[in-house]
Amino acid sequence: MAGRGQIALKNFFIFNPTYGPREGEEHKKIMYYYPKNADIDTKIKHVGLCEAIITFTQTFTDKPCETLHTQKTREIFFQPERDFWMVMTVSVPYTERMKDGQVYLEYHEEDVQDPVMEAVVRQAYRMFTLFNGSIYYLLEKLNGETKSLQQRIEHFFSRYLLTLRLGSCDLLDVFSGISFLPLDKNTYLQVQCFINILESTFPSVKYTAFLYNDQLVWSGLEQDDMRIMYKYLTTSLFPAYLEQELQASGHQHGSHQTMGRNLSMPNVGNVHFGKFITGPPNIQNETNMGKIPRLYINTEYENEECFLLVYRAMSASVCLLLNSSSTINFDLCKKLDSFLGNQLTQLASEIGDQYSSRTKQQPSSEPIFKYIYFNHMNLAQKTTVHKDSQKNAGAYVPQDTLKLLCDISSDLQRNNQDGETFVKTLSECWVVGKKSDQREMVVVINQKNLNLIEVNDEVKKLCSLNFNSIFFQD
Amino acid sequence: MDSDGLHYIELSKSPIRFEPISKVTNVFYDDANQQVFAVRSGGSMGVVVKGPNDRNGITFRMEDRGEVLSMKFSPDRRVLAIQRSQKSVEFINFKEDLTTDTNEYSQTCKGRSNQIKGFVWTGVNELVFITEHGVEYYQLNPEKRVLKNVKSLNISIVWYVWMKRHDGGLLLLATGQLANTLQPVHFTQGNMIKLPKFEVDLPTLPKQQKQPLYERDVFIAKIYGQIYIIVLRHLPRPGASGAEVVLYQIPQQKEAPAKKTNVLKLEMSGRFAINVVDSLIVVHHQASKTSVIFDIHLDGESDGYILSHYPVVSPLPIKPFKLLLPTLNIAQGQEKMEYNCELYSANWIVFQPNVVIDAKLGCLWHVELMLEPLVTMIPDKCRLIKLLLQRWNSKGVILDVFKQMLLPGQQARLPVISRIVDMLNQGYKTNLEAEMVALATDSASQTNIKRRVIIDQSDMYTNVFSVFEDNNEIPYKFKVAVLIEYIRSLSQRDIPVQHYLYELIINILVQNNCFYQLHQFLQYHVLSDSKPLACLMLSLESVYPPAHQLALDMLTRLSTANEEIIEVLLSKQQLLPAVRFIRKAGITDTVSSRKFLEAAMNTSDSQLFYTVFKFFQQRNIRMRGSPVFQPGEHCEMYVKYFEQLFGSDALTVVLNVS
Repeated sequence: MAGRGQIALKNFFIFNPTYGPREGEEHKKIMYYYPKNADIDTKIKHVGLCEAIITFTQTFTDKPCETLHTQKTREIFFQPERDFWMVMTVSVPYTERMKDGQVYLEYHEEDVQDPVMEAVVRQAYRMFTLFNGSIYYLLEKLNGETKSLQQRIEHFFSRYLLTLRLGSCDLLDVFSGISFLPLDKNTYLQVQCFINILESTFPSVKYTAFLYNDQLVWSGLEQDDMRIMYKYLTTSLFPAYLEQELQASGHQHGSHQTMGRNLSMPNVGNVHFGKFITGPPNIQNETNMGKIPRLYINTEYENEECFLLVYRAMSASVCLLLNSSSTINFDLCKKLDSFLGNQLTQLASEIGDQYSSRTKQQPSSEPIFKYIYFNHMNLAQKTTVHKDSQKNAGAYVPQDTLKLLCDISSDLQRNNQDGETFVKTLSECWVVGKKSDQREMVVVINQKNLNLIEVNDEVKKLCSLNFNSIFFQD
Repeated sequence: MDSDGLHYIELSKSPIRFEPISKVTNVFYDDANQQVFAVRSGGSMGVVVKGPNDRNGITFRMEDRGEVLSMKFSPDRRVLAIQRSQKSVEFINFKEDLTTDTNEYSQTCKGRSNQIKGFVWTGVNELVFITEHGVEYYQLNPEKRVLKNVKSLNISIVWYVWMKRHDGGLLLLATGQLANTLQPVHFTQGNMIKLPKFEVDLPTLPKQQKQPLYERDVFIAKIYGQIYIIVLRHLPRPGASGAEVVLYQIPQQKEAPAKKTNVLKLEMSGRFAINVVDSLIVVHHQASKTSVIFDIHLDGESDGYILSHYPVVSPLPIKPFKLLLPTLNIAQGQEKMEYNCELYSANWIVFQPNVVIDAKLGCLWHVELMLEPLVTMIPDKCRLIKLLLQRWNSKGVILDVFKQMLLPGQQARLPVISRIVDMLNQGYKTNLEAEMVALATDSASQTNIKRRVIIDQSDMYTNVFSVFEDNNEIPYKFKVAVLIEYIRSLSQRDIPVQHYLYELIINILVQNNCFYQLHQFLQYHVLSDSKPLACLMLSLESVYPPAHQLALDMLTRLSTANEEIIEVLLSKQQLLPAVRFIRKAGITDTVSSRKFLEAAMNTSDSQLFYTVFKFFQQRNIRMRGSPVFQPGEHCEMYVKYFEQLFGSDALTVVLNVS
C-alpha cells in the first residue's frame, strides 16, 4: 500500500534579532534550536528567513505574522516577549499516490490546524515560564548573560519537546481549559475551610490548589497561573506519580492482580493515606527530601517564586505553593504530613462517595451526547468526545470530525456574535457549534437521517439536560 | 469595677431587708414561696412577710399561742399554716386583700406517739405532713375550715428535704438507721407517687462508727432541666484530702432509681454551703471565704459510669457587698453610712436554689454569677463559650468574646473559631426547629420553648462581623476564612444564609481583587442565588467582566427574573439574544415592544432595527391580525424612524406576505 506521512515536529527555535544585528554575528541571535544537530548554517539561514518574513509582513499589517503555509510544512510564529520569537515548524501529513505510473505525494494541508499549533507553541512558552519565570526576568537573574539563558532554555526545551504529541493535539489544547469537579455545596465548603485552616496554620503556604483526580476543586491562584499549573499537574506530575506507584505496588506484591490496590482501597483502622508527591517520598526517612519544583507565578506580582509541595491522599491532592523565602525542611514536611494526613484522607473519602455515586449514574460506556464545552470566563471545560479528560484513551469520534470541531469553534470565535453553526459531514454525521456570550459548545450527533429541525431539537435536549443552570441561549 | 476581675460571684444588688432576729423577733424562711417571715412576740406584735414576689410585704397580727416552729403560706397566699407543736399544725385564712380573721383551725397528726417533723404545701389547698412514721397527705377546705386526709404513706422517717415544682414537688425522705436510704416521693396534681428508693453510700472509716447521712448535707436541685439529689461528702474516702459533692440524677422515667452521675471534687475541707445558680453548682467554703463553681456539662472525666469535675475556675471570694445603714454617729451629720457586710458569716443560712440569708443583719440575697470576669479567667475560648452558651443572660458577653477573637493581637486560631461557630449554630438550629414545631402545633406549646441564649445571623453581623468593615488591620484572608467557616456551619445545618453576609464577603473579596476566588464561590453556589446578589454582581461588571455572566446565570436559575434578564441584555445592546430569550421564555406577547425598539434604535444598526421591528410586527399580526402597533404601546416614534430608514412601503410588506 501507499506510504503515509504524519504530522511531525521539524524544528523549533527561539531567537532574538537584536542580539546579532551585524553581519557575521547572526548566530548570536539564536537562543535555542531544535534539532540540536542541525549545522550552524542551516540554523542561521532558517532564523534569517523567519526574521525576513516577520519583517516583511510587518509592512502590511500591525499584527505580527502568525503562520506560514507551505506545501510540505507549516511554520508558527509567536512573539512571547519583546524581541523574542518562538518558531515551530511541523511537517504537513501526506499520502503516497500513484498517477500515470508515477509516485507522487499528496499533502493534506487541512490536517494541520493553525489554532491548534499556535496553542502548542503558546503552551510551550507558558510551561517554560512556569518553571523559569519570564525570559527577561530570567535574563535579569542571570545578569544579562545570554549564554546562561541559552543553557536554561536548552535544559527545559530539550526535555519538553520530547513530550509533545502533535498528532493528538486538538480543540482541547486550544481551549486549554480546566475540568472542575462537580461537588455539593457543603462538601465544597468543607474543602474551603480545610484549606483556610491549612493556610492559617502554615503561614509559609501562600497559595493552595485542591484537586480530586484530574479535576480542580479550588484554586487560590489566578486563573492563568492555575491554567498552566493544571496542565503540568494533569499531564506530567500526576501521571508520572501514578505510574511510579503502580510499579512500586507491582514490586511489592509481585503480581499484577494486586496492582494498585493500596491506591484505591482504604484499609481499616485510622491509618491515613497521605503521601507527598513532590517532597519527601517517605516521611520516615529524614535523609531524602525528594524533589521540590520551583515555580514562577504571577498571582500577586509578576514572576513570584514559589516551591510546589504536592500532597495526596487517595484521589485528593493538595498543591501547596510556599514562599521561596521560607525554608522547607524535613520538620515542616513532617508537620504538614501530620496535619494533612488524616484530614485529607477523610475529605477524599467523602468526596469519593459523592464521586462514585455520580459515576454510577453515568456508566463509562459511550455517551449519548458527545460534546465539548468551554467557558472562556472561568476556563471550565468538559468533554464527552474524548474517553478521558487527558485524551490518553482516544476519542469517540473520528479524527476528521475532531478537526471539524476545531474549525467550527474558531469560526464562531472569529465573529464575536452569539450564534450557531450546523454542519453535516460526508458520513451523515451532524456537528453543531454554538456560542452564547463567553461560552462555547460543539456537539457531534451521530444519528443517521436527521434533518436540521430534528438536530436542533436534539441540541436543545442536550442543553436542557446539562446546561439548565446557566444562561445558555438556544 | 476595678476589683471585678477578682470575683465571679456576687450578691444581688438590692437584697430583701427584714427585721433581724432578736429576743423578740423570730425569723422563718419558706423556700417554696421564697418568703421571709419576721414574727414579733409570737405574732402578737405583728408578722411581716417579704420575698422577691412580695416586695411590698404582707403584714398581719396573730395571737401569740406559743413559740412558732415554722410557718408557710399556701401557694395562693390564702391560707397560712403555722406549726407550734410536734403534734399539730394550725391554719389561718386570708382574704383577697390579705387581711385575716385570725380565727385559727388545726389538724393533728395521726398516731399517739407520732411527731410532726414538718409540713409542705404541695398545691393550693393541698399539704403534706411529714411525721416520724410517715407521710400524711391532706386536702384543705378553707371555707369549712377542715382538712381531709386523702392518702398516707407509712415509713419511718429520720429527716426530709422538699423541692417545690410548678405543679407539686419532690419530697425526699431519709430512712434507715444511717438515714442513707432515700425515698423520693413525687407530688403532682393531687397524686402522690412513690419513686424507687436508693441508697447513698457512706464512707467507711477504719475503727470508726459510720456517720449517718445528715439533712444539712443533702439538697434537691434542678440542673439543666433535670432533677438531682446533691449530697455533700466531707470525707469521701480514707486518706482523701478534700470533700466531694455527689450528684444523683432522678431519671425522667419514674421506674428507674436515681443514679449516681457526677462527682464534684472540692479539694478543700471544712464547712460548705451549696447554691445552684443558672444550672451551675456554687459551693461556698467558709474557712477560706471563697466559692467555686462547677458545670456538669463542662469537661468531666469519665470512668465509664460517673463524670468527675473540677472547679471551672480557681476559688475566689464573693464580691464585697456594701449596705447603706443608719449610722450610730448622728453627731457627724451623716444619717447613713456604708457598711461592709461580712461575707461567709457564721450567721449565713443558705437556701436552694440561690438564696443566702443573714438573719442577724436582716438581709436576703440572691447569689448571682458575674460573666465578664470569667472571660479572662478561662483562656480556652471553646470552653469559655461552651460555659457561656448555657447561661441565660450571656448573649452580650458571647458576642463580645467572639468579636475580641477576631481583632489583631488576640486573634483566635481558625480551628477554634470553627468549633465555636458550630457551637453557636447548633443552638440556633435547635431553636429554629423548635419555633417551626411551635408554629405548626399552635401557640399553646410555645411557652415550652425555654431556650438558653440564641445567637443568630443578625446578632453576628451587627455585633461581630461588623468589625471587618472598619478594621483594616485584620488580614482579608482571615476575614474571608472566618465568614466561610460561619457560612459552612450554617449551611451544614440547612440554615439559609442571609444576604448581608454574602454582601460582606463579596465586598471583602472585591476590595482585595480576589475575583477568581469569588468566581469559584459562585460556581459552587457557596453564595446562594438571589436577585439582590445578581444585581450586586452586575454592578461589579466594570471591575470584573465575568460578573456579567455570573449574574445572568443566577437570574436564569431564579426563573422569576425574566424582566431583569431582558433589562440586562438590552442594556448591553444584545438585541438578538434578548429577542431569542423572550421567544424561548414564551413572553413575546407581554413584553413592551417600545423597550426593544428603543434599544434597537440606539444601536444605530439599521439592519438590527429592521429585524427587531419586523419581529414585533409579526407579533402584532399573530395577536391582532394587523402589523400596526397599538397606541398604548407608544411606538409612533419608532414607526416614523422605520419609515425614514426604509420607506413607508417597507412597513406594509408584511401584510402582503401574510
